Amino acid sequence: MSLALRQLAAFAWRDSRSVRKRLALFMSAISIGVAALVAIDSYADNVTSAVHAQSRSLLGGDLVVRSRSAFTPAIDSVLDSLRGSGARVARITSFASMAVVRGRPGTRLVQVRAVEPGFPFYGAIDTRPPKRWASLHQQANVLVDPSLLVALDARVGDTLQLGFALLTITGVLENVPGDAAIASAFGPRVYIPASRIDETGLLVFGSRAEYEAMIAMPAGTDVEKVSKDLRVTLDSSRARVRTAADTERALTNGVAQLHQFLGIVGLVALLLGGIGVASAIHAYVSEKIDTVAILRCLGATTAQIITIYAATAAGMGLLGALGGVALGVLTQFALPSVIGDFMPVDVQPTLAPSALVAGLITGVWVALIFALRPLLAIRHVSPLQALRRTVSELPRGRWWRDVPHLLATAALVVSLVIITRARAEDWEETLGMLAAIGGALLVLVLAAIALTWVARRVVRDEWPFVVRQGISSLYRPGSQTRPIILALGFGAFLISTLYVTQANLIRHLTLSGEATRANVAFFDVQGDQVERVDSIVRQHGHPLLQRVPIVPMRIAQIRERTAAALIADTTDQVSAWAIRREYRSSWRDTLVASERIITGRWFTADSVEKDALPEVSLEREIAGELGVAIGDTIVWDVQGVRIPTRLTSTREVNWARFEPNFFAVFERGALEEAPTSYVVLTGIGDATARARLQRAVVDVYPNVSSLDLASIQDSVERILGKVAVAVRFMALFSLATGALVLFSAVAATRRRRVREAVLLRTLGATRAQIRRMMLTEYAVLGALGAATGMVLSVGGSWAIVHFMFELPFALASGASLAIAGGMMLLTVLLGLTSGRRVMAETPMAALREV
Amino acid sequence: MLEARTLTKTYQSGAQTLTVLRDVNFTIRDGEFVAIIGPSGSGKTTLLGLLAGLDIPSAGTVILDGADLAALNEDERARLRGEKVGFVFQSFQLIPTLTALENVQVPLELRGERSAAGRARDLLARVGLGERTHHYPVQLSGGEQQRVAIARAFSNSPKVLFADEPTGNLDAATGGLIVELLESLNREDGTTLVLVTHDPAIAGRARRVVRLRDGAVVSDAEAA
Repeated sequence: MSLALRQLAAFAWRDSRSVRKRLALFMSAISIGVAALVAIDSYADNVTSAVHAQSRSLLGGDLVVRSRSAFTPAIDSVLDSLRGSGARVARITSFASMAVVRGRPGTRLVQVRAVEPGFPFYGAIDTRPPKRWASLHQQANVLVDPSLLVALDARVGDTLQLGFALLTITGVLENVPGDAAIASAFGPRVYIPASRIDETGLLVFGSRAEYEAMIAMPAGTDVEKVSKDLRVTLDSSRARVRTAADTERALTNGVAQLHQFLGIVGLVALLLGGIGVASAIHAYVSEKIDTVAILRCLGATTAQIITIYAATAAGMGLLGALGGVALGVLTQFALPSVIGDFMPVDVQPTLAPSALVAGLITGVWVALIFALRPLLAIRHVSPLQALRRTVSELPRGRWWRDVPHLLATAALVVSLVIITRARAEDWEETLGMLAAIGGALLVLVLAAIALTWVARRVVRDEWPFVVRQGISSLYRPGSQTRPIILALGFGAFLISTLYVTQANLIRHLTLSGEATRANVAFFDVQGDQVERVDSIVRQHGHPLLQRVPIVPMRIAQIRERTAAALIADTTDQVSAWAIRREYRSSWRDTLVASERIITGRWFTADSVEKDALPEVSLEREIAGELGVAIGDTIVWDVQGVRIPTRLTSTREVNWARFEPNFFAVFERGALEEAPTSYVVLTGIGDATARARLQRAVVDVYPNVSSLDLASIQDSVERILGKVAVAVRFMALFSLATGALVLFSAVAATRRRRVREAVLLRTLGATRAQIRRMMLTEYAVLGALGAATGMVLSVGGSWAIVHFMFELPFALASGASLAIAGGMMLLTVLLGLTSGRRVMAETPMAALREV
Repeated sequence: MLEARTLTKTYQSGAQTLTVLRDVNFTIRDGEFVAIIGPSGSGKTTLLGLLAGLDIPSAGTVILDGADLAALNEDERARLRGEKVGFVFQSFQLIPTLTALENVQVPLELRGERSAAGRARDLLARVGLGERTHHYPVQLSGGEQQRVAIARAFSNSPKVLFADEPTGNLDAATGGLIVELLESLNREDGTTLVLVTHDPAIAGRARRVVRLRDGAVVSDAEAA
């Protein structure tokens, strides 16, 4: 009897009739993983093509020359010669300044961009009211970020004062290509005509400003070649050249990293789904033993039978993957509202066929490869089974001699390696990920084995029957302890890892201690002004939280070698940048909350010995760049005065907190003679009071800049909120898959459980007794699985926080416990739900069915 | 001991109503051995299920040892079964994940009895399986499994034991031994025995035979 393939498929279709709905549910475990991958891949594809399409307008020109100091005559002549060859050039000068609006209270630190006509050469700056960019240069006009109007309670038509210049606000900026929305967090942007710079009087010799020349080449020019030539010409003048392609590369790299991280989470969701498929197929074929035995009696060959059930698995995999693709596309369209603010370009979601096809193929492949091993168990079903059916167990062969089984396992492992490699950056990362996943699975399997071992030995006759019965179910033949612990533990591991990582990132960025309350900072307060500023703050009834001295200096000598000699010596590892830079240093007696000693010791009161060198503490990384160790002498040049010091400690500094932190901190007394400016910090809850105080100080000392940190803190909190949403979004995928896999693991033994429960009821067990047995079993399973997952997640999140973000790690016990508790509850609920049907029917009705 | 009053059972199959049992009345006294016989589909198993409180009649009621089953809820019926009723099924219905001993212990343990293991071991010895207490059902032959089922049925010293085609899955010789075992337990412990069968030979050993056809009692006769 030989059935054609088509007939086998038809049989598979008919045979799946009774369980189709349930199988489809299991296959949706695949859908979720596929959906995650499709959504992430498509969105990354969208962003990349948007960046490519918009790269010239992101930059505003074909290339830009940028310098930290005013352009040298050499640069000017290069620009002139470019102009001569048909290029268009527009200069942009950017600097920070305090801004006030005539007739309104409050001041604001703004980022001024003074632009020449023509900028931007590509793309357009949108304004409200529209088209105001075109009229910027007609008069003393200014276009500002909307946040500035809000902060200063101003409106279009008001007069903005920058230094000595008075400018009319003709509109607000709606969209500036190349700037992400969060770029304005550190001060609203203000665009003025370049012709008005002199009127402001803000740019004098030595002012901090950035100078750029935006260049648009005539059509058909080889921009890369021009930029190469420019780099050679401008090498000596400390100017950098950047092309639209450079911008594109930088942005694409950023997108690629985000893509990769999210992709890994999606991949793990898919693999978890694979485990769900294996478990579902196992349950499916267990229920089909009778059918298989009958088919065998009727003369079906092993190959035919395997074909029938593989066709079912493939069909379901295809359905699951198709569903996943559809869900993924929906998700892709939702993603911009979740992470769109991080993106520097407008992204229009469009279908990315390659991502859809890749998702479909990966989904079907994962479904098949995971289904193969449980399917092979069918080969051992004997036709005798049809005659004498006492066992509902699938017979097992000796796997170490079973070549097809070994081949299926090998195919599974190879597939995992290939799929992971396709996602990872390099082989090292691939192996790292596989080791992490494999390690987690191994720990979970070991935990399950340990649980079975303990359960077998711990049960005491004195315990109530229902508890004993519940515990015994953990080790009895055919128990689902291992798959449930695996699914549950892995789910808890993933979700908890995501959360603990997120909690660590947020903790790192959140403010604490004294500085938490500081939300207004006054910079550049001169030594003879600081007492007066303090008293103004106090007169307004606000606390003086910190007064931090700042002394600018350079390095003159390290040990016996001068700075010049160190820079000239190219053989050592000392960073020229670290030697050459200007250090803004401070002195103080105590460590602040955002730093801790790594090596050496902090200044002690008795350390000031006569004729000993003053002590200095360096930030860990800068100490490394300077190549100095504890005990080394460093001579500083403080505006012409040489101050020798000895390095007595290095510190780790959390720069992300809004606290004044320094590369070099001196002990008290070492710098007291030096010209010092101060940063004064105060904390004010009310926004109007903040504005009033800033205004009061700037009125007395126009040279003092003030910064309202509250708006920055708000922005950061908003960004953190977005990060949290993105993380929860991914956690949701893992949670949904985890729940489905758990469900399929529980359902795999549903038949056996229903039968057992019905028999127990026939023998006199009440529903409450049966519920308590199940409760005991699933509570133990849930507790162990969730606890193991939690322990694993500590390792996982530590690795991510430590290696990926290079931050100190702390536990987030509350969140972890809540997740573990939730997973445990989910297990118990699923377990009890699977037994629900037994409770609803009379034993007779149920006995007929089993 | 056991009384059926105007028992009727109907099933709804789509728009059709299927009457499986129609107005069945009889009384079984303490210690009796009654066989219920009839062709396939005559309603034997349905009747047994109703008598044992495994199912709810569409009309009529069952009085078991003074308790009106229709007046009890599902859990109260379960408790009554645990205390007064034993079962033996055609397909043995042992719990596959429990050993022979554990299977026999279940009814005792459900009642919270402490010395369950001792009594279960005695019972297994009585049915000739003293040496196989730690075997799982898979490891036992059909006859052995049915003997475990009988030991289980007697573990709670039931007032009445229901057996549904207990020899149906066994060869004639083994089946004969099983019936002998049931008979001797019926004699020794005074347990009421209600046995469903379509095997006239087995029915012949009962002291009373109730014959069913199309859901109605067609004869009810004491053996000579």
